[in-house]
Amino acid sequence: MNSMERVITSMSHKEPDRVPVFHLFSHYGAKELGISIKEYFSDPGYVVEAQLRMRKKYSNDCLYTFFYAPIEIEAYGGEVVFVEDGPPNSGEPFIKNIDQIVKINPPVIKDSKPLQRVLEATSTLKKSVGDEIPIIGVVMSPFSLPVMQIGFEKYLELMYFRKDEFNQLMSINEAFCVSWANAQLEAGATAICYFDPLASPTMIERPTYLETGHKIAQKTLNQIKGPTATHLASGIGLPIVDDIVATGSAVLGFSGKDDVKAIKERAAGKICLLGNLNGIEMASWDKEKTRIEVKDLIKKAGKGGGFILSDNHGDIPWQVSEDVLLEIAETVKESGHYPIKAEE
Amino acid sequence: MVEKRNLPIDDFLTALLHIDRIKAAEIFEHIYKDDRSFETLEHLTMETLERIGDGWEDGQLSLSQVYMSGIICEELIEQYIPKYKIAFKNKPQIAIAVLLDNHALGKRIVYSVLRAGGYDLIDFGQGLSVEEVVEKTMKEKIDILLISTLMLPSALKVKKVVESLRKEGSSASVVVGGAPFRLDSNLWQKVNADADGKNGTHVKEIIEKWEKEGKNHEFHGASHNINES
Repeated sequence: MNSMERVITSMSHKEPDRVPVFHLFSHYGAKELGISIKEYFSDPGYVVEAQLRMRKKYSNDCLYTFFYAPIEIEAYGGEVVFVEDGPPNSGEPFIKNIDQIVKINPPVIKDSKPLQRVLEATSTLKKSVGDEIPIIGVVMSPFSLPVMQIGFEKYLELMYFRKDEFNQLMSINEAFCVSWANAQLEAGATAICYFDPLASPTMIERPTYLETGHKIAQKTLNQIKGPTATHLASGIGLPIVDDIVATGSAVLGFSGKDDVKAIKERAAGKICLLGNLNGIEMASWDKEKTRIEVKDLIKKAGKGGGFILSDNHGDIPWQVSEDVLLEIAETVKESGHYPIKAEE
Repeated sequence: MVEKRNLPIDDFLTALLHIDRIKAAEIFEHIYKDDRSFETLEHLTMETLERIGDGWEDGQLSLSQVYMSGIICEELIEQYIPKYKIAFKNKPQIAIAVLLDNHALGKRIVYSVLRAGGYDLIDFGQGLSVEEVVEKTMKEKIDILLISTLMLPSALKVKKVVESLRKEGSSASVVVGGAPFRLDSNLWQKVNADADGKNGTHVKEIIEKWEKEGKNHEFHGASHNINES
């Protein structure tokens, strides 16, 4: 099986040849090429080269065209802060007060240089690999993006007490999210990862989510012209598995803090799980610890398909060693072949 | 003196979780008019916030509920401290900062809980470099420095903060918090922090414990023998 067949089989809740592995490499590509993170993301050619190299090196079953979370903020005219050893972060929120929301327009994709770089990387990768391996594009959910747009504190005020302005910002973000997702699909992305950390009950209580972010996800995902995966970026997912299924997402990125057996049971036949190695802890793992963690996860989550092994945040930290990543690949090759004996 | 009899903790908890400022204020006013002590109000607040913090730890409550509850309690305590003619505690000298990141929610939560607990603390702000945090800590002669981080690279830089503080002759104790420390429960030790502040009420407990250790302690960071995690 090639990577595409392996992934599609698992997403269909059937057992492929082995457990698929998604190493979600974004800024880690700069480490692979030995250049600075800022330089790496300045040229889509670097991203293409690193993605192809890392696919081979780590037996990766996807290519990931995620540059950095605040790239959408950059498209809105906001600030991005680059560091030497981690993902670029958003600077000061560009919406300084709630009254400013009425004046905001969604970015025009063709006019945004950073977004165009992502599309160029996507189309170049597509030309290179065809349908052999899935190319995963990324959008921030309209519901979660405001944490970077206006700051978390003001956003909560908006969500709880300023419904009109909240709805207005959601409309703006929804329009952008849909067009950005569809542009990536047109450029060659196979599927879109919808990052929605605020959907997790770790961040927003479920009743509020159901009234807000859930409805927004249903409406937004319905307009995206391709398969979608919802990623909670380390937030727990177990209490909202069925809610995410109802949004139409085919995959759920779950947390290292989720009970793997319980979430596997709840998701069985309904949604494919993606996760849940703890990326932060991974930075201090050795080979033995890596093998133990990977084997344990495969035993608990692998049976019957519907599972893609990955980290739980959607971005491999710079501090994770190559040895650990190679060990993950080796362990999957050794212990991830179907049929897998489930843990007693 | 703390009077625990008939304290409406459940009602106060419900009011906070429903972001019902009016009901929460009514409960405070009722206790005040009943001639009960400020410590009673403080106990009600901290007991409730502790339950909310624990609820978040075990996945039952959300971060937004923790945040909104802290804000409401802070507002109430700010209102009632003058009524009781008492002052915020300014010893030990405490400061809070977000290292490198601009995401300040975690800092705001801990700040609110400590203010609700009657502590006067300095907010150094967010997006600060290692040098800025060290400079401010030295200038303000801080005893306890609370550092919040969002990303792993920022969390790892706490080690540099501690090293620089010691080099400058500061014995300020460093309490860390934020996502990287939640995801790796040993990380606080790896960066040479003195404690891992899992949530606001936990940070308050750490400070109180250090305060009780008294004269022998004197907030010399390296001497703490508390595994706060």
